[in-house]
Parts: sequence; C-alpha cells; structure tokens
Amino acid sequence: RTVEPLEYYRRFLKENCRPDGRELGEFRTTTVNIGKCLCSITTADGSALVKLGNTTVICGVKAELAAPAVDSANKGYIVPNVELPSLCAERFRSGPPGEEAQAASQFIADVIENSQMIAKEDLCIANGKLAWVLYCDIICLDYDGNLLDASVFALLAALKNVQLPLVTINEETGLSEVNLKQKNPLIIRKHPVATSFAIFDDTLLIVDPTAEEEDLATGTVTIVTDEEGRLCSVHKPGGSPLTGAKLQDCITRAITRHKEVKKLIDKVIKSITPK
Amino acid sequence: GVLERSREQLLRQTCEAVVLGVLHPRTAISLVLQVLSDAGSLLSCCLNAACMALLDAGLPLATLFCGVTCALQPDGTILLDPTARQEQDARAILTFAIASSERKVLMATTKGSCSVEEMQQCLAAAQRAANTIFQFYRDSVRRRYSK
Repeated sequence: RTVEPLEYYRRFLKENCRPDGRELGEFRTTTVNIGKCLCSITTADGSALVKLGNTTVICGVKAELAAPAVDSANKGYIVPNVELPSLCAERFRSGPPGEEAQAASQFIADVIENSQMIAKEDLCIANGKLAWVLYCDIICLDYDGNLLDASVFALLAALKNVQLPLVTINEETGLSEVNLKQKNPLIIRKHPVATSFAIFDDTLLIVDPTAEEEDLATGTVTIVTDEEGRLCSVHKPGGSPLTGAKLQDCITRAITRHKEVKKLIDKVIKSITPK
Repeated sequence: GVLERSREQLLRQTCEAVVLGVLHPRTAISLVLQVLSDAGSLLSCCLNAACMALLDAGLPLATLFCGVTCALQPDGTILLDPTARQEQDARAILTFAIASSERKVLMATTKGSCSVEEMQQCLAAAQRAANTIFQFYRDSVRRRYSK
C-alpha cells in the first residue's frame, strides 16, 4: 500500500470495490449535527457540523448589519469563506490561504449564486439603508477527501438553522433597533447538494473519494443539483477527459444522491425543532 | 483574489492533464496569462491562448484542447462565444475545454443553473464548435511554419 499505492488500488478496482470495503458508487456514512445544543458554536447565529466518513467540516453563520451596495440597494450579502487550517491535514501549512482553500471559497460562492438558495432581496431590511450580511465560515477539521460535498452540505444545514432577529428602523432617530426576542428563520429557496467523483485511469468513476483516492486519481468532477433536478454547477477542474455519456452518468447519480441528502437534512431539522 | 485563484486552478489542472510531464522530469513549466482586454468569454480565450502557447513552445502534449463558452439565454436559445453584454443577460454560462481526441470534455465550469438537457445541448454545440477552433489552430501553425 505504501510502495505501490496505484497497483494496490487497481487490484481492488478490478473487483469493483475499494480498500475500505465500499462499492464504487457507495457514499461514506454521513452524519450531521445542527444547532446550538449539538453543534456547540454558541456564538454563531447558525451552525452545523458534517461528517462524511472521516472528513469533518463545521460551518458557522454570523449575521451582521451593513449598508447595501449602491447599485443593488435592495440586496444583502452572503460571504462564504472556506478555511483549511493546518490541523486538518499535513499538506496544509499555516499562513495565508492556499490555492485549494481559495478555489473552494470561490466554488461555494458560485453555488450560492447559481442555485439562488437565498434570495439576496430577502436579506434587505430597508432599501438603500440597511441589509443583512451573512458571513459563512466553513472550516475543515479533518481532511479525508471530498471537501466540496461536505462544505456544501454544512453550509446548507447551517443556513437552515439561522434565526435572524427582527430589525426595525426607528422613524424619529433613523437608527436600527434589533429585537432579539423575535426571531425568524431564513427563507431557503433551493437546496443544492454536491456530489463529487474521482476519475481513475481515464475510465473508472468512483463516488465520494477519500484523500488517498484523490491523490491517486487522474481527475475529479463535482456536480451540484437542486431539488428540481436542475444543475447548479458542473465543476470539472481539468483532469482526464470524459465523454458526454460519462458526464451524464455522473449527473444521474448526483440526482439520486440529492434525494438521500435532502431526506437526511429534513430528518435532522425535524428532530431539533422545538414542538 | 479568489476568482483569479479559482481560474488558475482550472487552467493549471487542464494543462497538467494534457502536458506529458513524464518527459520533462525536474522541470517547471510556467504559464503566464495577461488579460489585455475582457469583452466576454474570458476563460475560453485563456484556454485557447494557453494551448497555442504550449504548442508554440513545442511541449509534448497528449491532446490539443480548446475553450468554448455557451450562454443560455432566457428564452432557451444557445449562444456560443457570448460578448460581455450577452453574458450578463444570459440565464446560465457554461464553459468547456474540449480535447481534440474524440472531443472529450477536459474541463467544465458553469455559472447560473440550467436543466440537464440544456447542458447536454450546450455540450454538443461546444463539441461542434471545437472543430472550427482546431481548424484555426492548424491554419495558424501552418502559417507560422510556412515562411
């Protein structure tokens, strides 16, 4: 396994399975913890912890007030930030964010924008004067492959958990008054779910790669779908070429995965909602 | 910023898949792209420039590649190689890097959401358009070496 990792893997792939016992199309056990009691970020407005096998990602959402931009006076902001601290894997050093973290942040920003999961107009409090800014910090605690899937899932779960206090603008003073007693949940319009694949030897596609598999793979594909079966993002950053048919196969599997993930999220949300 | 980093990652991994690095061990291949003007379809322009530069450098490549941008307009029509204005009005923008061997997809990135059928249609259109671009490569290289 250490001397000839690729040969070791090929032997398993020939039997259509993987060293950790999974099938080629099988996902790792996914667990999600949402909210202040289970997830333990008490200072955040919304939080979620997602474990995809060993890959652990935590997402905290903080809502702050700001003036909206001049050209879009009725829109708030959503600012995602993915961090890969040096504690999650050996290859990440401390210091400014590396390329992988920045590319992941851009990917999450694109997913939020493309899927329209939150309408920025919903974040506006007073046209041209006050709007919400949602800072979504996604931090990887343990990197074992498939960062993008876990990040998107954590983000979705955390946003579903966010409760925004009611803000009114006092007519006389012109100042904003925050009513912490009255909170409303965020309106999530779409639920995007990411599914990642690793390409081996230009032909074989395996789902939910671990860090070892990602290193040996010749390419990766990430497909983000929403509940209507629409594609929010097809992210294939280089790597081995794929035919259109193989891509279609990935999309079909992504749509199936979306249903499973949606069921899981709904179940967890229902279990934490106070009756 | 993060956008440039993300573009760099896309370009780098596309080139890495194509350049036969095994033939040049312990070598660094540095590709510098300077945007002189952006009038739409920037990413596919970068991809085309990168491929032609690699060709011009004489590096061993497994396959040629070209970048094609498709814009999906609100009424459902597919527009290839959109201008900046058309990109703004479009519902979705899909950029593909198509390899010259069997027109396979090397790189794909999308902005905005679209249905699966629309994506397949755009991919088919991009693969057809790739023929034109590869012909342009051939003509340029012929012109370069014919003097």
